[in-house]
Order: sequence, then C-alpha cells, then structure tokens
Amino acid sequence: MGRYTTVTGSLDRFERGQLTIIDDDPKHYCYSNVFEVASKSKPYDKIAVARNLEYVIEAIRAEGTSDWLACNHDEFVVVMDGEVTVSFAEPGDAAPPQGKDGTQRLSGPPKGRKMGRIHLKRGHQALLPKGAAYQFSAPRPSVMIQQTILGDLTQQKWAEICTS
Amino acid sequence: MAMPESQAVRGPAKAPEFKVAMSEPDPKTGFRAFELGEFHFLRDEYFVHVSWPTKRGRLEHRISADAFLRALMRDVAWGFFYGWVNFDAMFGSRNLYGRVEFFAGRYHEAYHKAGLSYVEEFDSPFAMATCKAILRDWCNAGFDPFAAPEETGASWAGTKKGENIAAIERSRIATKRMPGLFGDSPLRDDLPVNRAFADVPQDEPVIEVEPGFEGRLHGFNLFKYLSRSDVTWNPSVTSVCRESLFCPTTEEYILPIIHGNDRVEWFVQLTDEIEWEVSDKETGRPRARVLMRAGDVASMPADIRHQGFATKRSMLLVWENARMDLPKLYETGQLKPYPVEF
Repeated sequence: MGRYTTVTGSLDRFERGQLTIIDDDPKHYCYSNVFEVASKSKPYDKIAVARNLEYVIEAIRAEGTSDWLACNHDEFVVVMDGEVTVSFAEPGDAAPPQGKDGTQRLSGPPKGRKMGRIHLKRGHQALLPKGAAYQFSAPRPSVMIQQTILGDLTQQKWAEICTS
Repeated sequence: MAMPESQAVRGPAKAPEFKVAMSEPDPKTGFRAFELGEFHFLRDEYFVHVSWPTKRGRLEHRISADAFLRALMRDVAWGFFYGWVNFDAMFGSRNLYGRVEFFAGRYHEAYHKAGLSYVEEFDSPFAMATCKAILRDWCNAGFDPFAAPEETGASWAGTKKGENIAAIERSRIATKRMPGLFGDSPLRDDLPVNRAFADVPQDEPVIEVEPGFEGRLHGFNLFKYLSRSDVTWNPSVTSVCRESLFCPTTEEYILPIIHGNDRVEWFVQLTDEIEWEVSDKETGRPRARVLMRAGDVASMPADIRHQGFATKRSMLLVWENARMDLPKLYETGQLKPYPVEF
C-alpha cells in the first residue's frame, strides 16, 4: 500500500464538509451530500441534488428491486456505494410515450426480449441507453447518482436537503 | 493502446499559422518576449512580466512563471474554457466563443476604479497561436504544466533549458457519448495508476449481453479511469445527456486559474476533499468558502469566480451545461445566477 488513502463515502460512513458564507445567500450553493440524502430516502426515490435548467443529477438509494423504467434519451448512473445490478430489456408494448423527457415508469413488465445485465460496484458507471427498459436491484442498501433530465419521477426537496 | 488523457491527437509541434509577434531570444535568459495586441509578455528566471497601456503609461504585473504557465496551459487546452480564466486577481481571458478578450485589472476592483485596467479583444485562433508559442518557448524540459508540483519539480525555474513539446501539445479528447463505446473516446487501461490512487480498485463492471444486443450495453469503472489520469485540474467528458456533460477530473494542489463562471456549474466530490474559495466575479470580493468531502454536492453560481485547493489528489465530478446561449441569458438577467429557488 502506498502512502495515500483514497477517502470515499458510504451510507454508513460519510462526513460532510462545510459551507462558510462570507457575503452571499447559502441557498445559492445548494449544498448537500448524496449519502445523507440517500440515507433519508425510500428505495429508488429519485431526489434531485443538482439541477441545471432542465438537466438534473438525482441521488438514489438502491435497495431491493426497482420498478421497470425507461427513457427517451440516454441516461447514466454511477454507483457511489454498494453494488447494483441493472437488467435491460426491450420495452415492447410497455414503452413509455415518446416526446417526454426524464425517467419514466413502465406501465407493466417489459414485453420485449431480454438485453442483458450489468453488475456495478462503487465507482462503476453504466449507460442506460435511450429506448431500453431497465430495472435496478441491490442486495443491500446502496447509493447511485443518475444523470438525466427533469421528469415526472424527479423529486425536488431542496429546502430539506440543502444547507440554508 | 490508450492515450494519456489529453495526448495525442496532434503530432509534432507545427509552426504557428499566424504571425505571432515575438522577439529574438534574450541573450541572458534565452527566452523570447511576446506581444498580443497591446499586451507585452516577458519571462525571466522566476517571473512572467505582463504589461499593458494605461493613462499613466505602461503598467507591469508580475506572476510566478510556473503559475503563469500552468494557467496558460489550461487556457490553451480548454480553448479558453467557459467564461473567465483568471490567471490571478489581475490578468486573464474571457471566452466570447470565436473571439476572446484578454484583460488586466478589469476584474480587480481597485485597479479598475483607478482607471488602470485594460481589455483587448482578439480572434480566438490568433490569440491561441500566441499562447501556444509562449508555452513552447517558456516551458523548460521536464516541466509539465499539467502535472502536480510533486511530479514535475522545479525545472520551470531558471534560464531556458530545452523544451517539453509533448507535454504542452496535448488536446482534450472528445467524448460523444461515453468512453469505451465503439467509435468513442478510449479508456485508459494501458496508463499507469497515479501514485495517489494506488488503492483504488481496478475491477470493471461485469456485463452480460444477450445475443443480438452486442454493443448496446456499456459500463466502465469511472474511478479506475480517473485513477489513471495523467493530468490535474483538466476535466474530461465521460457521459453526454444532450447538453448535460459529466466532466470528472482529478485535482491536486491548486487550481491554476480562478475560474469565473458564465453559467451555473456544479461539483460532486467523488473522493477525498477540496476546499473552494468563492469570490464575486466582477470585484473579486470574497463571498463563500466551500469545503467539499466525498459525496458533497454544491453549485457554483453564474456570477462568481472560484479556485480550489486539494492536498491529496481527489476525484471531482464537474457538471456542465454546454448550451451556447447561456452566457447571454445570464448576462442579460433572463436567467438568475443561481440554479434553483427554495
């Protein structure tokens, strides 16, 4: 082992930094922590921790198995703690309506062919390709961030999660 | 063969396509002097001297040569980046996208109020040619302006001793969707793990693809990818959701510029910690300090400038919105400088 130790966070062990205001409004910095947000979330709730106009980064607590989801544009997840498996399938008749942005819940299980699975650990990133249905599963509570567009499933709780 | 983070695309250094105003090498130091419009640049053993015209005659400002070269390297590598690249409190550039403004004292409250500031605008390709010529001449052999000080040492100091063209001719590798996808930017499997990330697991996601869907599913170890970054403070795109760009980077020592935003950007601290000093973009007056540890998220409003400090090399996810009309929307007040209201 070298002389350096890389410090990561986890649901069980995270240490927030600090926002020190000199002459500004703390709300403008939307300062939060993805592990803290996930520690207070229900499984697979999609809590926006960053927003840039229509684009968002969501913090997600992965635990058990999620609904089947899909999107009309590419999305990406990065696992920040734990292990998450993503199963992919063609949505078939269950495909969400076109023209809508953000993650959408399928009306039922996907009717199309199975596409495969990706097993992710901390630091791993996966593409959730446009048009594919996907489902997360995690054997123990884990944490992901998801790059997507603001959608019906995005929850904005800025006053609850941010230092103000 | 993977390429260093921003290597390659270019071969050996080419002669500038533009006529760069430069002197013969100084007989004492070996360095050339350069001009960009009314700005004059001179290098000695330790300092870069930038001068510009004022109503009281030419004013000269001194910047440590290593700091100047690290900042200039970012300006070149990033194509003048988003918004303002302050080399320090006095001197820097502002990207007008196609044109670029260089300024001295303009965003230093006291100098600007005293009428001692100066701004001049250039076609970006011409300014870029001058910046590259300065880097070529002023970077001594062994000095990599992208590397952390512990890695590149003090070879920047002293008189001219050779050059380091390979280090300064890097350019950003463009990612269309995600590194490692067919036809997209490469992963970094053949690069060494940086000394500060020797403990970062190097395993890849397990991908099981059903027949007929080869190439559709993709994942990679982002932390492994970052652990093999050969540069510091140099974001690379690792995922593209329309104009939403994940641009993670590894950070050690001091961000060599003070970045002034022309849009809101966001930071997600992936590992370790960085402390940010946040000041007013126009005046430089301090507004906040943000200590970010693993998992912390913070926005950087559109009306600030910021500089980061990291003792241990850390992984930072910089999140950008690449919409081209954003600078105008923020500047005209059509968008508020902060991202959300609550």
